[in-house]
Amino acid sequence: MQLDDLYRRVIMDHYKNPRNRGKFDADEAVTIDLNNPTCGDKISLQMKVEDGMVSDAKFIGEGCSISLSSASMMTDAVKGKTLEEALDMAEKFSGLMKGEAVEFEYEDIEALSGVNKFPARIKCATLAWNALRKGIEHTKQNG
Amino acid sequence: MNTAEIRELFPILKQEINGHPLIYLDSAATSQKPASVIDAVKRYYEWDNANVHRGVHTLGSRATDAYEGAREKVAKFINASSEQEIIFTRGTTTALNIVASSYARSVLQEGDEIVITPMEHHANLIPWQQAAKATGAVLKYIPLQPDGSISLSDVEATVTDRTKIVSVVYVSNVLGVVNPVKQIAAIAHKHGAKMVVDGAQSTPHMKVDVQDLDCDFYALSGHKMCGPTGIGALYGKKALLEQMEPVEFGGEMIDHVGLYESTWKDLPWKFEGGTPIIAGAVGLGAAIDFLQQIGMDAVYKHDLHLTNYAVERMSDIEDLTIYGPLKDRAGLVTFNLGDVHPHDVATVLDAEGVAVRAGHHCCQPLMRWLEVSATARASFYLYNTEADIDRLVAALLKTKEYFGHAIG
Repeated sequence: MQLDDLYRRVIMDHYKNPRNRGKFDADEAVTIDLNNPTCGDKISLQMKVEDGMVSDAKFIGEGCSISLSSASMMTDAVKGKTLEEALDMAEKFSGLMKGEAVEFEYEDIEALSGVNKFPARIKCATLAWNALRKGIEHTKQNG
Repeated sequence: MNTAEIRELFPILKQEINGHPLIYLDSAATSQKPASVIDAVKRYYEWDNANVHRGVHTLGSRATDAYEGAREKVAKFINASSEQEIIFTRGTTTALNIVASSYARSVLQEGDEIVITPMEHHANLIPWQQAAKATGAVLKYIPLQPDGSISLSDVEATVTDRTKIVSVVYVSNVLGVVNPVKQIAAIAHKHGAKMVVDGAQSTPHMKVDVQDLDCDFYALSGHKMCGPTGIGALYGKKALLEQMEPVEFGGEMIDHVGLYESTWKDLPWKFEGGTPIIAGAVGLGAAIDFLQQIGMDAVYKHDLHLTNYAVERMSDIEDLTIYGPLKDRAGLVTFNLGDVHPHDVATVLDAEGVAVRAGHHCCQPLMRWLEVSATARASFYLYNTEADIDRLVAALLKTKEYFGHAIG
């Protein structure tokens, strides 16, 4: 068990300097509030969707270094992506958590690959991505 | 108490975790089991397994004797006046749900009050929320003092003649505070209310005497006191249990069954529908034997000593916050380490072989009262030593160093 597999420098950088932390006005964006009832982690993800594309994303949340750095990376990575591309990315992230070798255009995300060796922490890493899936689902259903 | 000898009786402690000897500091979540308990469960399945109260064959008699023998042990352990007052349940949660679903809902009317505290485990909070919603009763909270303890003058001010139920945890699984449940019961009774005690964290660590406490109901879990999971008990005063309706209906709990009407067995069996957790009860009986051999006074003294030692050692760590009163706490220390999230603390400690809990500990309202989203918790039991706490402290210092380096 190598802690450095989990807490890579790039993860700690996102934790210390989260990208896209903040809020839009509620009417400007889709808001998804999600929590992990087993540990108390929370995220409020906001996505601006224009012409089937995520034009901007922000989040606020409470959680550990893994959940917050994952949210920071995810919000950065989805900007400019179509809903399908974003969903694809969420699928790939699930693969990463299962230990599959996957590559991301936004390479920072690959730093989270070590989480799969720490099963208890996978839920931390996937919280933001689950919020993304919900946000996409919500947008598709509500046009 | 010879902790070195006691440790030898727990097979699970003889292993390494991530290259380090296991230091198990999560007994408040579930305790470890001595070989005598594991053997009792194994022996039951190997030699005595049969259903209870049914078979006329030898195994049926043995299983029934073992199951009812365990009930007698529970009754003596908490000094109930009769084994009829002991209902086997899945654990504390089920026990409290029986009180909230059966007793409470039958007596509560709109405007009546249920009094609890903000430090309740969800098991002693949500059943009362639901009972209040179903009956129109009002859920009231005894406020907490700044250190997390309860003042009896606040209890006096909260409990009124409209109060029908007062339900309080004996030992908080977050704050470690030991609540004055005997005095609270006296206040409840003065107003004609019934006193319910959540004994999940007290029963493993101290001598419990339900008659001395004069509580009306008392709930406990086997797995936190060296017994198996899936078994616990509800104590209730006989007169109250007699007036209560069962909450589960079906096999085993019936007396006479007609096409449209049926009658129930006597206490305690009317509350034990279906085939019970026989091996669990046998294991709980063995756990009680084990604890009684050591003596609950000795267990209490040991846990208190370790907790005081932990508070003292951990207070020396810069940036470490301990929640709850610093004195008179039983068996655990809840804390946060600077800005490091408790999940990250728990992961680094795990890498050092030290198992602690991190999260909200099923006490979300209390977390909000403490103004934190989560905390870490080290909890102690009879197999822990000062050396375990020294290892915890060393691992916490390493966590600080690691995160200081990783973040800085």
